[in-house]
Amino acid sequence: MKLSKRIFASLATASLAVTVTACGGSDSSGNFDDTVTVGILHSLSGTMAISESTLVDTEKMAIEEINAAGGVTVDGKSYKIEYIVEDGASDWPTFAEKSKKLIDQDGVPVVFGGWTSASRKAMLPVYESKDAFLYYPIQYEAQECSNNIFYTGATPNQQSEPATDFMYKRSPAAGGDFFLVGSDYVFPRTSNTITKAQVKQLGGKVVGEDYLPLGNTEVAPIISKIKVALPDGGIIINTLNGDQNVAFFKQIQDAGITPSNGYYVMNYSIAEEEISTIGPEFLEGHYGAWNYMMSIDTPASKKFAKSFKKRWGSDRVVADPQESAYNMVYLWKQAVEDAGTFDDNAVREALVGQTFDAPQGPVEVMPNHHLSQTVRIGEINSEGGFTILEETGVVEPQAWNQKHPSSKGYACDWTDPKKGEKYRL
Amino acid sequence: MQLILESLFNGVAIGSVLLVAALGLAIVFGLMGVINLAHGELMMLGAYATYITQLIFKQVSFLKPFYDSYVIVAIGIAFLVSGTVGILLERTVIRRLYGSPLETLLATWGVSLILQQFVRSVPLAYGSGLVIALFFGLFAPLVVSDELLQGAKGKLIRASTWGISALLGVATGGLLSSLVSKLSRASARNVDVTAPSWMRGGIDFVGITFPKTRLLIILITLISVLVVIFFLDKTAWGMRIRAVTQNRPMSDCLGISTETVDIITFGIGSGLAGVAGVAVSLLGSVGPNVGGNYIVGCFMVVVLGGVGNLLGTILASFSIGIMTDLIGAGRLLTIWPEMPSPLYSTIDFFATTSMARVMIFALIVIFLQFRPTGMFPQKGRMVES
Repeated sequence: MKLSKRIFASLATASLAVTVTACGGSDSSGNFDDTVTVGILHSLSGTMAISESTLVDTEKMAIEEINAAGGVTVDGKSYKIEYIVEDGASDWPTFAEKSKKLIDQDGVPVVFGGWTSASRKAMLPVYESKDAFLYYPIQYEAQECSNNIFYTGATPNQQSEPATDFMYKRSPAAGGDFFLVGSDYVFPRTSNTITKAQVKQLGGKVVGEDYLPLGNTEVAPIISKIKVALPDGGIIINTLNGDQNVAFFKQIQDAGITPSNGYYVMNYSIAEEEISTIGPEFLEGHYGAWNYMMSIDTPASKKFAKSFKKRWGSDRVVADPQESAYNMVYLWKQAVEDAGTFDDNAVREALVGQTFDAPQGPVEVMPNHHLSQTVRIGEINSEGGFTILEETGVVEPQAWNQKHPSSKGYACDWTDPKKGEKYRL
Repeated sequence: MQLILESLFNGVAIGSVLLVAALGLAIVFGLMGVINLAHGELMMLGAYATYITQLIFKQVSFLKPFYDSYVIVAIGIAFLVSGTVGILLERTVIRRLYGSPLETLLATWGVSLILQQFVRSVPLAYGSGLVIALFFGLFAPLVVSDELLQGAKGKLIRASTWGISALLGVATGGLLSSLVSKLSRASARNVDVTAPSWMRGGIDFVGITFPKTRLLIILITLISVLVVIFFLDKTAWGMRIRAVTQNRPMSDCLGISTETVDIITFGIGSGLAGVAGVAVSLLGSVGPNVGGNYIVGCFMVVVLGGVGNLLGTILASFSIGIMTDLIGAGRLLTIWPEMPSPLYSTIDFFATTSMARVMIFALIVIFLQFRPTGMFPQKGRMVES
C-alpha cells in the first residue's frame, strides 16, 4: 500500500514535470497580466521535416516579436503568448491525432500548422467536428473552403494563373507550346487541370503532360517526351516536389533543355530554400512565381529577412511559405484584439477584413478565409535569388477556381450565412 | 533508325542505373541468399562519400588542381566506405542470422533506419571519422603478422590497433570539420553533387544528344560488371565464393574458410552498392532517403533475372530499362502513329511514367507466374535447398 502510494506520488510529480516542460514557450521578462497558449503543429521528423521546421522557426519568431512588443491585449489585459509545439511526423493521421490533443487536452484557442495538402485534408474533419480553428500557411490547389480553416498561402489564381499568363504572353518563349511536369499527387494534378483550361482560353496548346511517382527520380522517359513534344523549345510548367527537382534540372541541362536552346521552365514549388539545394547553376534563367520573394526591396521585406537571420543564423533564407506563416500569427493577434476575446467564433468574425502590412506588401483577409495578396514573377539568378520581373496588383483569392471545370461559377463567403462554403455566383 | 538508336540508348541508360544498383545485391542476395534491405542505405553512404570527396577537392588547396577528376577518386572511396560498413554489418548482425531469412530481413531493415537517422543527426565530418576508425580497426589484424596476435599479448595488440584507429578517426573528424565547415554540422537537408565541367552537357551525334553523365554511368556499370565477372570466374577467391555458394558443407570440409568467404562476398557486394551510390549522386540529389528509392527496383531486377545468376541480372535490368523507355516515353506511338484507335488509346493510357511503372510491374508478375525462378534459374544443387 505504502509502496503504491509512493509510486503514485512519483508518477504525479513526473507528469507535472512533463506538463511544465511541454509548455516551453519563450521566456521574455516583460510584465504580463496572464498567458495564452497556442498550438504549433508541423512535421519535425520524417521527409517533410526539412521544409516544415522552417515554419516552426518563423512562427516562434513572430510570437517572440509579439511578446516583446507587449503581447496580445484583450479587454485591457495583456497576455503573453506561449506555445506548444507538436510533431506531425510527416504522417497524416498523426496530424489529426495531435490536433485532437491540442484542442481537447491543451485547450489551445488556435493551431498554426500543416504543409502538405494530405495533412490538411486529414486535419480538416477534426477542426470541423470540434469547431476549432486551424491556420494553414502554404500555397495550395484550393478547391476547398472550410469555416474552420484560415488559408494564408496563395490559391492557383494568385500563383499559377498570372504565371501562365506571363509565360504565354511576355516570356522569351511567348506563344510557344506548353509541357506540364509534376509529381504524382493532388496539387500538381489540380494545378495542371487549371493550367490546361487557361492555356486553351489564351489560344495556346498543351502538347504533353507527365507525372513522376513520388520518390522516383528516373526522369529519362519524361525528357524524351519533352524532346518529342517540344523539338524547338517551348514552355515547361514544373510542379515537381522536393528532391525530384534536383534530378529533373540536372538531367534536362545535360539533355540540352536549357534557356539558351529556347526551353523555359516556370516553377511553382521552387523558392529560395530549394534554389540553394538544387544549385543556381542548374536553374539560372528559369522562372518562379510567388507572393513573397526575398529580393523584394522594401523596408518590411528587408526587416523580415534580417530578423530571421539574426534569430536563426546568417546562412538562413526566408521564402514564401515562411512569410505566410509569419503573417498568420500577426493576423490572429489582430483578430483576437479586435474581437476582445480568444473565443473562436468571435475571432473568426473579427478576422475577415483584417489588414496587415506584410513583408510582401499589404494583405487583407477576405470573406472566404483566404488572403488577397500580390503576385510576383521572378527569374532565377546566379546568386540563388529571384530577379523580380513583374508584380501584379493585389489579387483576390478564389477558393473555388474559375477555370477548373468542377468549380467554375462557384464561390465561398463565410460572412453571409446564406452563402457559406460553396454557392453559385 | 535515329528513333531506335535513341530509344535503345535511353533504355540502356536507365537499365545501367538499375544494373549498377542491383549488382551488389545480386552478389549478396544471389550468391549468399541474404535479403539485405540496408543495400539502399549502403548506396546512400556511397553517395555521401562522393559528396564529401567533392567538398574536400574543392577546399583543400593541394587537391584543387585535380578537382576535375574527383569523381574517379570518389568511386574508390565510396567502394571502401560502403564495403567497410557492409563488413561491420556482416560481422555484427547478419553472421548471426544466416539461414533465417525473415529475421535477416527485419534486422537489415532496422539497420537501414539506423543508417538513415545516422546521416541526419551526425555531422558528416565525424561520420567519416567513424568510418575511417572502423576501416583501420577491421583491417589492421590482416596486416599485423599472425604470431603477434596470439595469446594475451595478441589481445593487447588487437586492443591497441582499435585504440589507434579510434584516434585516427577522431583526428580525421576534427580535421575535416575544421577544413570544410559544411561538414561540421548535422543536417537532414539533401545535399548536391555537382559533376565537374567536363562531365556536364551532352555529346551530339547523328542528331541525338547523349548526356555525358549517362555515358559515364554506363561506363562505370560496364567496368563494374567486367571486374565482378573476372573476379568470380578467374581468381582463386572467386572460385571459393562459387564453391561455397554451390555447396557450403562440402567447401568447408575441403578447407575453404567459409567465414572469410562470407566476409569477402558481403564486403564486395556492399562496396558495389557504394559505387552505385556514386552513379546515383550524379543524377539526382543526395539525401538520407536516396537509397530507399532504389531498393525495390534492385530486388525486382535480381528476382527477374534469376537469383544467383549475373547474366540474368544484366539482361533483366536492360530489359526493364528498355521497357520503361518504350512504354513510359510513348515510343510505340511515335513509331507507328496509324495504329488502330483502341490499341492507340490503350498505349497512350500507359504512356506516362506512373502508368509505365504499373505496366512493367504487372508484366513482371505475369512473367514470374510462368517462370517463378526468373529468366535464368540456378541449375544444380543449391546450398540451403
